[in-house]
Amino acid sequence: MTKRLMRGSHVLGEAAVRAGCRYYFGYPITPQNEVPEYMSGRLLEVGGTFVQAESEVASINMVMGAAMAGARVMTTSSSPGVSLKQEGISYLAGLELPAVIANMMRGGPGLGNIAPAQGDYFQATRGGGHGDYRCIVLAPASCQELCDLTLRAFDLADKYRNPVMILGDGMMGQMMEPVEFPEPIDPASLPAKDWTLTGAAGRPQRTILSLLLDPKVLEAHNYKLTRKYDAITRAEQDWETYLCDDARLVVVAFGTAARIAKGAIKRVREMGVKVGLFRPKTLWPFPYQPLAELARDTRHLLAFEMNSGQMVEDVRLAAAGQGEVYFYGRPGGVIPTPDEVAHQISHYYYGAGLDQAAAVAHRA
Amino acid sequence: MTLKSVFAGFGGQGVLMMGYLLALTSMRQGKNVTYLPAYGAEVRGGTANCTVVVSDEEIASPVASNPDIAVVMNNPSLMKFSNLVRSGGTLLINSSLVESKIGRTDLNLVPVPVSDLAHELGEDRSANVVMMGAFVAVTGLLNLDAFKEALAETNLGKKPKVLELNRKALEVGAAAARQALGKE
Repeated sequence: MTKRLMRGSHVLGEAAVRAGCRYYFGYPITPQNEVPEYMSGRLLEVGGTFVQAESEVASINMVMGAAMAGARVMTTSSSPGVSLKQEGISYLAGLELPAVIANMMRGGPGLGNIAPAQGDYFQATRGGGHGDYRCIVLAPASCQELCDLTLRAFDLADKYRNPVMILGDGMMGQMMEPVEFPEPIDPASLPAKDWTLTGAAGRPQRTILSLLLDPKVLEAHNYKLTRKYDAITRAEQDWETYLCDDARLVVVAFGTAARIAKGAIKRVREMGVKVGLFRPKTLWPFPYQPLAELARDTRHLLAFEMNSGQMVEDVRLAAAGQGEVYFYGRPGGVIPTPDEVAHQISHYYYGAGLDQAAAVAHRA
Repeated sequence: MTLKSVFAGFGGQGVLMMGYLLALTSMRQGKNVTYLPAYGAEVRGGTANCTVVVSDEEIASPVASNPDIAVVMNNPSLMKFSNLVRSGGTLLINSSLVESKIGRTDLNLVPVPVSDLAHELGEDRSANVVMMGAFVAVTGLLNLDAFKEALAETNLGKKPKVLELNRKALEVGAAAARQALGKE
């Protein structure tokens, strides 16, 4: 298969189409305008529907409608736009509707700026909308992974009847890398859904509602959702480790920040600094257990994020008091360089005397 | 082999196209590549730049702290990027437009008057492709033929006449850079 050099936003669009997505509803916002740009042409070629809605609120409700009718559907936006979609995302979760929402994050809060940032980690992993719910959150770190995770997002959404968020950033959307796409999926070949609203002719009526006035009924629904979230937590955690086997300090980073951290780690490894990388690919469910094991073995974790400290809270939950959790972040859309991250690694590594420490027990 | 390059100049000079051409050609030759454009409220006449990393290995960071080479198409870019290039790295300069002196003595300085050369070719807009020819000669990364081939896949080669002109522009740039290197 030939590789194609494509920018992240276009990769996201192409991967969605290949996953069988035929419906896209969105509203423009930098730095992800290339997604609707791409979808407006590409969906036409495959007989799909592209709508530039009048607002983010309208677009997420169009997503809700298409999902109710059983379609694979996507919307994309960037931070302020994703805030506007949160009400709809809460409804999707309550209604148990599959949908894919991509957030190419930019600097915030408020209107912020259009530079790449990771300030929406809390919003993505802690709800964002109201109520007792979870979104599956996937964090790609390269264009190829953006392609792979977009396909997985549609599968997970259908499998669990749950909204799935792809959490990228402006850099991921603008960057170009070679990508190999899988063969496209024909939407007609996907398993039929037995819960969709497609007209009740010849079958009993169905309803999809999130208004459950009787507290006992809603509580039962909440417990049903909880069991689903537990099942997702058990089955779907995904992460990458890099040079962790002999590491005395492990950097924890996701998405673009993880790429920059990898560059920093390569640099300090040349000077004999024993440091590795733990990169969660699912931010929810967060891979607590594998990170807990690294915390137990190394006692030194450094969370690095392009924000002022959000994922670090999950890192502390994973470490659960086993050793030190340090943090380094650059908020506001500043793109940190591998050099400055290398400097931070050295600071904590030598500061804790890890160059003097006895060799750690080898991890299998 | 890993080469980190930065291309910088005015919006409208084809700076992003230079980076794209390098990334595309390198990919076609089996290399790993990342292409990272600086984006913002970019306008014609403003500044534009992009970072391209080409490597035989997996590329960790698409962000380059200290690039191996900076290709500078105008004065403001010289100010911004001449300090970033790693010690012993290369500064490839459009000497038709860049007049400022640089204070550093630890760089390999290659001035090529690409805007003038493009004008002589009869197409001012081909200055970026002339510069890419110089880039190939200076870095020794891949050969000129690979770039000539990749041109056909871009907007620089959509029409046969334009493709022919741009292939010529690559040669002119490479020859000028070889001359500049020989003088040093």
